[in-house]
Amino acid sequence: MSINESPNDVSNLDLETPDRPYLDSNELIINMGPQHPATHGVLRVILKLDGERVLGSECVIGYLHRGVEKIAENRTYTMFNPYVDRMDYVAAVSNGLGYCEAVEKLLNVEAPARAQYIRVILTELNRIASHQLWLGTHALDIGAMTPLFYTFRDREEILKIFERYCGARLTTHAFRIGGCQYETYAGFEKDVKNFLTFFAPKINEYEALLTTNRIWLERTKNVGVISGEDAVALGVTGPVLRASGVKWDLRKAQPYAAYSKFDFEIPIGENGDTYDRYLVRMAEMRQSMRIIEQAVNSIPEGPIMGKVPKVIKPPVGEIYHSIEAPKGELGYFIVSDGSTQPYRLRVRPPSFVNLQALDVMVRGLLVADVVAVIGTIDIVLGEVDR
Amino acid sequence: MNSAMNSAVSTINAGMAPVATPWFFYVLAGLAVASGVAVITRRNAVHAALALIVTLLSVAGLYLMLYAPFVAGVQIIVYAGGIMVLFLFVIMLVNIERSSKERRFNRMWPVGLAAACALMALFVSAIAKGNKLFPDRGMTLLESSNTQQIAAMLYGESSRMGQYTFAFEIASLLLLVAILGAVIMTKKKI
Amino acid sequence: MLNAFMSYLGSTVTPGEAGNQFWALIYVLIIFTGVSLAVVCMNWLERKALAHFQIRLGPMRVGPHGLLQPIADALKLMLKEDIIPTEADQFVFWVAPLIGLLAAFTVYTVIPFGPSQAVSDMNIGILFMLGVSSLGVLGIVVAGWASNSHYPLIGALRSSAQMVSYEVAMGLVVVSAILMTSLNASGTGTLSMIGIVQAQQQQGVWFIFKFFPLGFIAFAIFAIAMVAETNRAPFDMAEAESELTAGFHTEYSGLRWSLFMLAEYAAMIAVSSIAVTLWLGGWMRPFPNLLHAPACEFIFSLFPGLTFGGLAAIAVLGTARMPAHSFFKIQRIGLAAFAALLGFIALLLLVIAVAGRSADTSVAARFREGIDYVYWFVLKVAVFMYLFIWYRATWPRYRFDQLMKIGWKVMLPISLGVLVLTAIVGVIFP
Repeated sequence: MSINESPNDVSNLDLETPDRPYLDSNELIINMGPQHPATHGVLRVILKLDGERVLGSECVIGYLHRGVEKIAENRTYTMFNPYVDRMDYVAAVSNGLGYCEAVEKLLNVEAPARAQYIRVILTELNRIASHQLWLGTHALDIGAMTPLFYTFRDREEILKIFERYCGARLTTHAFRIGGCQYETYAGFEKDVKNFLTFFAPKINEYEALLTTNRIWLERTKNVGVISGEDAVALGVTGPVLRASGVKWDLRKAQPYAAYSKFDFEIPIGENGDTYDRYLVRMAEMRQSMRIIEQAVNSIPEGPIMGKVPKVIKPPVGEIYHSIEAPKGELGYFIVSDGSTQPYRLRVRPPSFVNLQALDVMVRGLLVADVVAVIGTIDIVLGEVDR
Repeated sequence: MNSAMNSAVSTINAGMAPVATPWFFYVLAGLAVASGVAVITRRNAVHAALALIVTLLSVAGLYLMLYAPFVAGVQIIVYAGGIMVLFLFVIMLVNIERSSKERRFNRMWPVGLAAACALMALFVSAIAKGNKLFPDRGMTLLESSNTQQIAAMLYGESSRMGQYTFAFEIASLLLLVAILGAVIMTKKKI
Repeated sequence: MLNAFMSYLGSTVTPGEAGNQFWALIYVLIIFTGVSLAVVCMNWLERKALAHFQIRLGPMRVGPHGLLQPIADALKLMLKEDIIPTEADQFVFWVAPLIGLLAAFTVYTVIPFGPSQAVSDMNIGILFMLGVSSLGVLGIVVAGWASNSHYPLIGALRSSAQMVSYEVAMGLVVVSAILMTSLNASGTGTLSMIGIVQAQQQQGVWFIFKFFPLGFIAFAIFAIAMVAETNRAPFDMAEAESELTAGFHTEYSGLRWSLFMLAEYAAMIAVSSIAVTLWLGGWMRPFPNLLHAPACEFIFSLFPGLTFGGLAAIAVLGTARMPAHSFFKIQRIGLAAFAALLGFIALLLLVIAVAGRSADTSVAARFREGIDYVYWFVLKVAVFMYLFIWYRATWPRYRFDQLMKIGWKVMLPISLGVLVLTAIVGVIFP
């Protein structure tokens, strides 16, 4: 029996020695993942445990590395567009929006107003879908099985709209550089409005299951706390940052697409714990519905494609453009050497950066909280590893 | 329905025919001794603990055969179910590979052997002189009221104080003190 | 042998008391089969009910409405390769599921399905039940250790700590129920399972309503503790899927794993039986002392038959609602056959109810009584089984330290208080 021996080399784990003068029991090194039901894919976390208490953790990533950034260097700008959908595959529309806008900025073209509105509607729908998936899996991690099925039932309605719009449900490739490929189908506005009336009571249903549930409160309150300063210092963005009380949302801070035309609020939390992150995301779904409603009611007529050359050959230069993806700041840094292919493309994925906060959040907590914290950070390994 | 119930109550005290007594006794006694030997000979601490559980359970079976079901039940709850689980709880975390390489008998074994022999001699003499030491009381085989009789001994019936009430209360107080002591020792700050 | 068989018919005591080993063996076999069957039903019901909670259909393919799914599962598990990890402690790994299974099934010897419908009426019945069911944790602990792996070990640690601490609160509230049995003329209580139900009958009240709300609080604490004791949601830390993959049985597969599952469900039924016996009047039908006119007796004795009739009606409805496509032909025939079987059982039960309606000591009347007892007992247990499923569908999982906090800091003081108050009230209002 060798339960005390580590199966991995963990000598590089920077873990302070515990202060335990009386009982000198050995620490347990436990390997969570890459095959584990609660690590949301192939994340591997090495945990150093004292009983059930977490003394330290280290993430091992790269199990889903596909070299997306390198692929970009061998594809034209247009050809690379679908690849970005495969990063955060539950928020593929946001990924596409970020990439298209970055290239548009590089080209110095602008998408027409109607295209901007369609982009906002689809992106916000995708934000709701992403948060739904997060809610279902997060609740499942904490042991509530049922919300998962409720969120998936309602997410289906969003995916149906995507399917009718562009034919794909998950990796949509909805946008093109310079605008949108497809005009909205007949009945698009009606579908979106139907969804809004359908979905409003559903959020209340989720909240009825969880928000005031005593067990949910005990499992999430004061769990995985991160202060606003720490979050900023670690570069954490998105709902995780806002739950710590920092009012930072790129849709307001540096409006892109048509966001400056809509009236919405940035929900923020106070304590920076798992429960606040839950509340922030629930509020964000409601705000997204507000945005969609305004956008769909005021969508202008007109062309959907800007004046983009047939062969995209941006001028020599570099650009960094970032948007507020469901999980945080999604940035694209593109260096162009004037050819049809990017010289270098670098993605700033929100999940990857937010995942850094895991160790700060889980130290001193229990094993059960680790899965809750992984869930609350809301990572997608496709985006972490790229 | 009522009549069925009342007759059931009245027949509870009917005598029970013992079932294959000698056979059960030798099986249980043999099991108890064999697993007792295994407790001290097994190198693996968890195996030893499991053997101890078997010993305790077969002793509980012997109690049952002596028409003392209450003692048997308490033996199972307290020793086999409670204490041994905590035992295992601790032993599980011990590094088996290291502990199995350690010496099992220290230099005090002659003393232990002497003590065991003395105890053995005591038992043998008690069995040999049993009739003189303990007056012949006749065995009560009322399994069905065993618990009630123990209660009468410990706490007394109606207004009469029981034979062992005081001793029993003292013993429980002692246990309470031990528990408090254990709690205080584990707490750094009270 | 024929004599042994005939001599017990119409008896009013358990085979154990009558000293009839032959019938005791028959009872053991009936109970073993019955419990295994109940586990199978429970398996199907859990998957189906859970699915409907979660807006799914659940098993639909193997047999009509998935009725044969448990059989298919059992077959699959038996045929699966039985893997024992190389680094595992072979013998202990092998023996661990058997410990849990033995403990779970042994307690059924004293569960009273009726005043004479039990294998034996032990004088220490409830003590024996608590003792033996507490042995079940040994199987889990030992399985976790023998797997020689981290997750099972943590699962085993959690489970043992959890079960040991919840047994304390559980034992205390059981004592408060036993105290209530002593509120009779002689002032002597009983630990016998049958005696406890008879005490409720003599006092004319289920113990859950006795000294309201004391009995109710005691029952509620037991109802919570038994969920923790059986490692079910929301206290299923030992096998918390999202944290410890599968907890103590992560390394188990095939038949050995299915033994753990069998033991888990058998233990669930066993603890529910304790709750029913102690607080919900055991085998007694509702209002036995208010509605005891012969007509009422007769109406109540129709309930088992009517229940099966209702189930048969549901099955018939399901047959009628099957799509008319030829793909569903076999399923439709199967469901119709199932409905016919249920209807036949219903008819049989109704015939027995009518034949045995006189309150004499004829075998038919005794048989009718026996069916009534078992029916009401099983119905009450079934309510608990449904609650187990409901809990699982609704609640998130507690964290380990929170569970311990509730056990020691909330349930233990309350159960102590209930015990003391029950004693005081029992002395003041005997």
